[in-house]
Amino acid sequence: MKLDDKLYLVRFNTDKQSHIKITDPEVCVKQCKDRPCTRICPAHVYDWDEEERIAVGYEGCLECGTCRAGCPHGNIEWNYPRGGFGVSWKNG
Amino acid sequence: METFDVIIVGGGPAGLSAAISAAKRGMRTCVIERGDYPGTKNVMGGVLYTWATDKVVPEFWLEAPLERPVIEQRYGILSGNEILSVAYRDPDWDHPPYNAHTVLRVKFDRWLAKQAESAGAMIITETVVHDLLYQGQEVVGVRTGRQEGDLGAKIVILAEGVNNFVAQKAGLAKPLNAENVAVVVKEIISLTPEKIEDRFCLETNQGATIELFGESTQGMLGTAFIYTNKDSISIGVGVLLHPLIHTKWTPHDLLEAFKAKLYVKRLLQGGETKEYLAHLIPEGGYNAMPRLYRQGVMVVGDTAMFVNAIHREGSNLAMTSGKIAGEVAAEAIHAGDVSEANLRHYEKRVRDSFIIKDLYKFRKTGNFFEENPHLLKLYPEIACNAMKVFFTANETPKKEVYKNMMKMTFKKRSRSELTKDIIHAWRAFQ
Repeated sequence: MKLDDKLYLVRFNTDKQSHIKITDPEVCVKQCKDRPCTRICPAHVYDWDEEERIAVGYEGCLECGTCRAGCPHGNIEWNYPRGGFGVSWKNG
Repeated sequence: METFDVIIVGGGPAGLSAAISAAKRGMRTCVIERGDYPGTKNVMGGVLYTWATDKVVPEFWLEAPLERPVIEQRYGILSGNEILSVAYRDPDWDHPPYNAHTVLRVKFDRWLAKQAESAGAMIITETVVHDLLYQGQEVVGVRTGRQEGDLGAKIVILAEGVNNFVAQKAGLAKPLNAENVAVVVKEIISLTPEKIEDRFCLETNQGATIELFGESTQGMLGTAFIYTNKDSISIGVGVLLHPLIHTKWTPHDLLEAFKAKLYVKRLLQGGETKEYLAHLIPEGGYNAMPRLYRQGVMVVGDTAMFVNAIHREGSNLAMTSGKIAGEVAAEAIHAGDVSEANLRHYEKRVRDSFIIKDLYKFRKTGNFFEENPHLLKLYPEIACNAMKVFFTANETPKKEVYKNMMKMTFKKRSRSELTKDIIHAWRAFQ
C-alpha cells in the first residue's frame, strides 16, 4: 500500500494557515546537500521540487515533530497547528 | 483572568493522571488539551501497564475501554526471512490483577479524561498553550493561543508530550535532537477476533505482543512491534532518528519492508489498513532529562523523557510521574508554598520511585548500541545461522555440527571481538 493511500485514511481538520515554516530557504539550497527532511518525515511533507526548493505540504502533517528534531540545520520551524486543527486520530 | 489551583498542559496519560490526583485532593484543576478531546492527538504502540494505571484509577479494567489483556510477550530477531524468538506466556495474565493491556489511545484517553472530570477537573479542548505566564520571575499561569487566553494557576504541570515547546521556552528542557528521539510509524490493520485468536494461539479476549529486532529495523537501533487489539492489529516500526538520517530509508518504507517479511505477512493476511500514524518517542533517558521543577512548575511524562526504551515502558512512567506531581501540587498549595525549594519534593519522589531508578539503570545502553551499530546487524545473522545449523538434521555428526556453529560464528566475529562485545554489553547494563 502506498503512503498517499494511507494518508487518505487519516482524518484532518486542515487549517488555512501553515504551522510549518522553513526559516531560511537559502540554507536548504546552499548548505544542505542531503536534505534528510525529504526522507525522515513519516508523511513525506517535505519535497525537493522542480523549482529546486523545499516544498512543504503541511496539510498532511501527522504532527510527530521528527522534522524539527532531525533537520541538521535547525531550519524547520515546526509548531503545533492552532487548537482544533490538524490531525485527529481515529484510533491512536 | 480565570484562575485555577493547578493547570495541566496536555491531556495524555501523564497530564490526566496529574489532574485526577490533584482534583481528588480538592484542587481547582484544569487540563488544557489541543485536540478535539483528549486522545485525538495521542499515539503509542499500545501497551498500557496495569499496576501504574490501577494506582490512578483503582480497578480501571472494570470500565475502561481496553483492547486485550496481554498474556504472551514475544521477543525475537529477524534475519532475512529467518526468525529466532522467545516468548513468555502466562494465561493468568488474562484476569485481575493482570499485567498489561493493549489499548487504542483515542478511546482510552477519552475515558481517562472522563475520570478526571468526575474527580472535578475541568478540561479545555482545542487550545494550544504557547508559554508560561510570569509575574516578575514567578510563574502565575499559562498563555494559550486563544484571544484573551491567559489563565492563572498556582502550579503548572507540563505534560505536553515529547514535543517540549513550553518546557523549552521555560528554560527547563533542551531542544530535541536526533540522538534522543525515535520516530515510530504504525498502522492499525483490521482483522476479525477469530483470526487474531487463531493466529496468535489465544483464547477469546486474550492478547499477545511481539517485538522484533535486527532486520525488522534494517539493523538500526529500534524495534518493530505487533500488538493484538480486539478486532485489529497495531503494527509499527520505531528507530532512533540519528541512524535513520544517515540511511536512504524512510519510516514508511521501513514499515512496508517489515510487513513484507513472510512471518509478518502471514499474521496480517486478509487484514485491511484502517489508519496510518506517526509519533516521536523520547529516548534520551537519564542523561537527557530536563530540569523537573522550578517555582510553580513540574515536568512529567514524555516531556520529562520518562521512557524506558529497553523495557518498552512509557505510559506507566507517565502516569506514575503525573500522579506524584498532582499530589505534590496539592500538598504545596495546601501549605501555601509553591516555591522551587518546596517543589523539590516532586523530584525527590520521582527519584525514589522506579521511574528514575530505571532510567539510571539504563543510562548507558542507548549510547552503547549507537556506538556499536554492528550489534543489531551482525548478531541476528550469527544467531539465526547458528540455530539453522543446530536444527538441521543430515549426515554431519553432532560433534562437527557444534564445531561448525563456532566456526561460522568466529568467521563473522573473532573471539577477541566477541569478548569485547560481551564486556562492553555487560558494562552498558551496569
